[in-house]
Amino acid sequence: MLSIKNLTVSIENKQILKGLNLEINKGEVHAIMGPNGTGKSTLANIIAGKNIYTIEEGTIDYMGKNLMEMEVDERANEGIFLSFQYPVEIPGVSMVNFMRTAINEQRQYHGKDPLSAAEFLQKMEEKKKLVEIHSKLTNRSVNEGFSGGEKKKNEIFQMAMLEPVLAILDETDSGLDIDALRVVANGVNKLRNENNAFIVITHYQRLLDYIIPDFVHVLFEGKIVKSGGKELALELEQKGYEWLNQPSK
Amino acid sequence: MQTTQKSIKERIIHYVENHSGEILQNDPPEMAQLRRKAFQLFKTQGIPGRNLESWKNTDIQSILDQEYHCSPEPESRKINVETFFHCNIPDLDTLMVNTLNGYYIYRHSPLKKHPNGVIIGSLAEAKKQYPQLVDENYGKCAIDTIDGMISLNTALANDGVFVYVPDNVEMKEAIQIVHINHNEERLLTNVRNLIVVGKNSSLTLVHCDDSYTKQAAFINSLTEIIVKQNAVVDHYKLQNLNNNTTLINQVFFSQFADSRVHSVAMTLNGGLIRNYAHTRFHEPGAEANVLGLYLVDKTQNVDNQVYINHTAPNCTSNELFKGLIDDQAKAIFNGHIKVHRNAQKTIAYQNNKNLLLTDKARIVAKPFLEIYADDVKCSHGATVGQLDNDALFYLMSRGISKESARMLLMYAFAAEVINEIKIDVLRNQIDDMVKKRLHGELDICETCVLHCQNREREITFPIDMSKI
Amino acid sequence: MGKENQQEEILQHVTQNEYKYGFVTDVEMEIAPVGLNEDTVRYISAKKNEPEWLLAFRLNAFRKWETMKMPTWAHLDIPPIDYQAISYYAAPKNLPKYSSLEEVDPELLKTFDKLGISLEEQKRLAGVAVDAVFDSVSVKTTFQETLKKHGIIFCSFSDAVQEYPDLVQKYMGSVVPPHDNFFAALNSAVFSDGSFCYIPRGVRCPIELSTYFRINTANTGQFERTLIVADEESYVSYMEGCTAPQRDENQLHAAIVEIIVMKDAEVKYSTVQNWYPGNKEGNGGIYNFVTKRGICKGNNAKLSWTQVETGSAKTWKYPSCILLGDNTIGEFYSVAVTNNYQQADTGSKMIHLGKNTKSTIISKGISAGHSDNSYRGLVKMVKKAANARNYSQCDSLLLGDKCGAHTFPYIKTENQTSMVEHEATTSKISEDQLFYCNQRGISTESAIGLIVNGYAKEVLNKLPMEFAIEAQKLLSISLEGSVG
Repeated sequence: MLSIKNLTVSIENKQILKGLNLEINKGEVHAIMGPNGTGKSTLANIIAGKNIYTIEEGTIDYMGKNLMEMEVDERANEGIFLSFQYPVEIPGVSMVNFMRTAINEQRQYHGKDPLSAAEFLQKMEEKKKLVEIHSKLTNRSVNEGFSGGEKKKNEIFQMAMLEPVLAILDETDSGLDIDALRVVANGVNKLRNENNAFIVITHYQRLLDYIIPDFVHVLFEGKIVKSGGKELALELEQKGYEWLNQPSK
Repeated sequence: MQTTQKSIKERIIHYVENHSGEILQNDPPEMAQLRRKAFQLFKTQGIPGRNLESWKNTDIQSILDQEYHCSPEPESRKINVETFFHCNIPDLDTLMVNTLNGYYIYRHSPLKKHPNGVIIGSLAEAKKQYPQLVDENYGKCAIDTIDGMISLNTALANDGVFVYVPDNVEMKEAIQIVHINHNEERLLTNVRNLIVVGKNSSLTLVHCDDSYTKQAAFINSLTEIIVKQNAVVDHYKLQNLNNNTTLINQVFFSQFADSRVHSVAMTLNGGLIRNYAHTRFHEPGAEANVLGLYLVDKTQNVDNQVYINHTAPNCTSNELFKGLIDDQAKAIFNGHIKVHRNAQKTIAYQNNKNLLLTDKARIVAKPFLEIYADDVKCSHGATVGQLDNDALFYLMSRGISKESARMLLMYAFAAEVINEIKIDVLRNQIDDMVKKRLHGELDICETCVLHCQNREREITFPIDMSKI
Repeated sequence: MGKENQQEEILQHVTQNEYKYGFVTDVEMEIAPVGLNEDTVRYISAKKNEPEWLLAFRLNAFRKWETMKMPTWAHLDIPPIDYQAISYYAAPKNLPKYSSLEEVDPELLKTFDKLGISLEEQKRLAGVAVDAVFDSVSVKTTFQETLKKHGIIFCSFSDAVQEYPDLVQKYMGSVVPPHDNFFAALNSAVFSDGSFCYIPRGVRCPIELSTYFRINTANTGQFERTLIVADEESYVSYMEGCTAPQRDENQLHAAIVEIIVMKDAEVKYSTVQNWYPGNKEGNGGIYNFVTKRGICKGNNAKLSWTQVETGSAKTWKYPSCILLGDNTIGEFYSVAVTNNYQQADTGSKMIHLGKNTKSTIISKGISAGHSDNSYRGLVKMVKKAANARNYSQCDSLLLGDKCGAHTFPYIKTENQTSMVEHEATTSKISEDQLFYCNQRGISTESAIGLIVNGYAKEVLNKLPMEFAIEAQKLLSISLEGSVG
């Protein structure tokens, strides 16, 4: 589904990703771990299409298409979803209006008629239940005045609404208490199926107790230095990231 | 309206036409040209009237309808200023230079070049000795022909202070410019200062306007300060004049790449004071902090016009003006930030806060923003009000009398600006002075605290601050 | 990443989006000879069969106007206007009084249909009475019956002059005197028609009163006059909406709105304005120089102005409140959008005269294209206005780097116990917000519409329901993708 080859990316003349390779297939959950500042969020932003980076080398193929040539909204409509590490507040724009615009633009993109108000509300109720969200959040402006946990739950809710093909969770667990963490993980587990894939970016192993990954990759200094099964996460948790220095050098 | 008497404009024109030889005598050619142009402009502009938006609330025409004389050149410039003037900030360690009625006075020489290359002295003398240096910089900042006071100064001013700091010189000692007005008849004084600070250099300026006699004076002062690449200027302006004096004080900063200016204006006393402060960013990366505090009482009038002109990208300006307006005094604040089309990434903040202390005090505030670039962070705020009742209640609940609590809060209000004075002795002095004002003791002094006769008397609040 | 290209495209798309209300109705008109002199004033007055005192009022205003100059202080670039090249009166010929819609000229009804405000539609809509002004003369007034039951007078200004001359004479010019300003004087001399509304004591007007203005006929200035009197303890919500057909010549509009709010009464005045703003090169469009002012005359009176401005080539407009009574409240909520070469200089004046008076100003300016958008406001507290309060917030949003956003607040305080707070910010739509929306599959164009509507929400929320929806649409239409 997603094939990243030799991806080299810089920002303001500073290289962040240095020849990264990653293959993701349908039905897989990949965890990407690594210390701060090794390019985890950069990878997420690049896939979503944030245009502040310079791509020096490499290719990203997404379902047979060159991802680099697609606009941000086009990628989203093709099924890429990014759960933001720091969701943006948009004052005055209600969640309902926001989501309805997003869903209908996606439907339009795929040549479908827009959802009626009733259909939309029904869908929203369903998904809210799925991700255990209180009705109040959706009446408020997008992320405005939300607590850290609420913002992250709201991201998962949007993911449920938009039903992505490839979802990237960028440090969705950071700053969450155990209850919120469980809500987020349950949401992901309910949504995962044989036709979609997840990239879970995290600093800690904790989230992976709830979302069991098929693969774990360690991103270090702009490269994936180690890949393995879910047991790699535990190993990292025990030994810390320090030991990575030794085998790679 | 007196129809029989000639208007001030006509009198000035008459004076210039009869004295053009004297006025032009020291001018290098370019300056002479500038002067002629300015005179022509003044002829059309005249003294600004209340029909101009920026003069709407300040009437100087009626003041100038009285008999004023253009100040003549003193017979001798060799005057020991200490015979009649003492700067009573005792420990202020500065290099002091003086003008008397708009003319530079000195003990030994009119212009001195220091070993580090710094030149300090009379502008008129600098025109003779360093004509090129003057020509290069003179009249380059005050190009905005906003009103007749600027053209009048350019047309008439003959002297003032000249300071030149070459590249890569850090001036440790502050330069203190004291303009003194001392005269038996009403004088119209035009004084002009030119300050040039070279690349990577730094300078601290303390700029005092003082009147020595009680006689009315009208001072039209213009200072151009050129701050070259990466230079740093700290500028303190103290205004302490008798209540018969009218002061039009115009300061133009020209800032080049990565330069920094920190300017604090303190208006403590004066009949009518109008400050026009203009900062123009010519190149990217420059920063200006422009602060002011005005404490006015009786029937004083203070008019602060602050114009920040962002013509280059990536510059930052921070403006804070605070006013305590007492008795029947009147204060005007006109702030204007202009961000030009190409000045992207500008950060500009403007804040004006006023406390009205009596029912007869008045304030007019006009904090303007004019913005033509989109990638900017600009905001402004203006408040007029009285002391925060919650804070007052809080202090009183700790056993502080209402009067003391009020005083504390007023002091705290002023302190935000006072604390921006980086010269310790000066800050302490101003601090004392503000406390005195808040105690209502300022009237006791014949002049003001800067020349106060009772320096020994410690000013303290009758409260143990540690208990709060 | 092709983003600039996309934005360029969007910009093109928007600038090609022609004003959809631009059409001319083919109705026979009776037009006054071009030019302005005392005879013109007499002609208008005679045509309208006015009483002697009103002619005197007009002539007095005209003589004042002759001595006045057009104001130049606003941040507007107005080419000289030849006041002698304008016709000051245009009325559909043979105007009968209609008793039902069937009698109305079908062409006229079609016009209203195109505007989406057909009277029939309106009649069916929940309780909105419409006093539609077609050019200068009121054509049809509906719901008179309902209103009559409550003793509410809502009619054209001309009718009010004939039927309620005492009320009109008493209040007309009492808030905006004929010599108030250049445009007010002009209006007072040549005003054509407008609306009159009187809410008797203790009556809460059960429906939203609404007027749709529309300018037709090339080269006719429109000089409306609205007078609203809310007697003690009454309440009314009044809506004004404007559209004008597309014309190449600039058309002048200088209206006056006067509102008198008595003790314990409340008036809400809402405007949604989408007059023709000129084409994308800045040609044509309406000049809108309007004097709107209300007085809170008695204690505890409240006056609230809400405006959404998307139209006019040049706007000069400062809806104001004179807070005379104690404890009176003045409010001004505004969204002003300028695009292409539009220029707007608009804001409010809050004059605090009474004790414990309160005012709030919320202004949201949005500039795009090559436009200039200025907020200009005055807050004045006189010596007697003890404990008066004002809070002003004026935010500007810039879309693109060729437009301008300016804030010109004037604060004058003579009272120690009063408090004025003014805050303003200028910013652009954040890249992060756009990215977030894009990532959810929302195109840049829709995202801007969403974000701008969100930004203006505080004001849009103050509008009556029917207006809020129209206003939201207008905002998106006026701005579609104009980010550069």
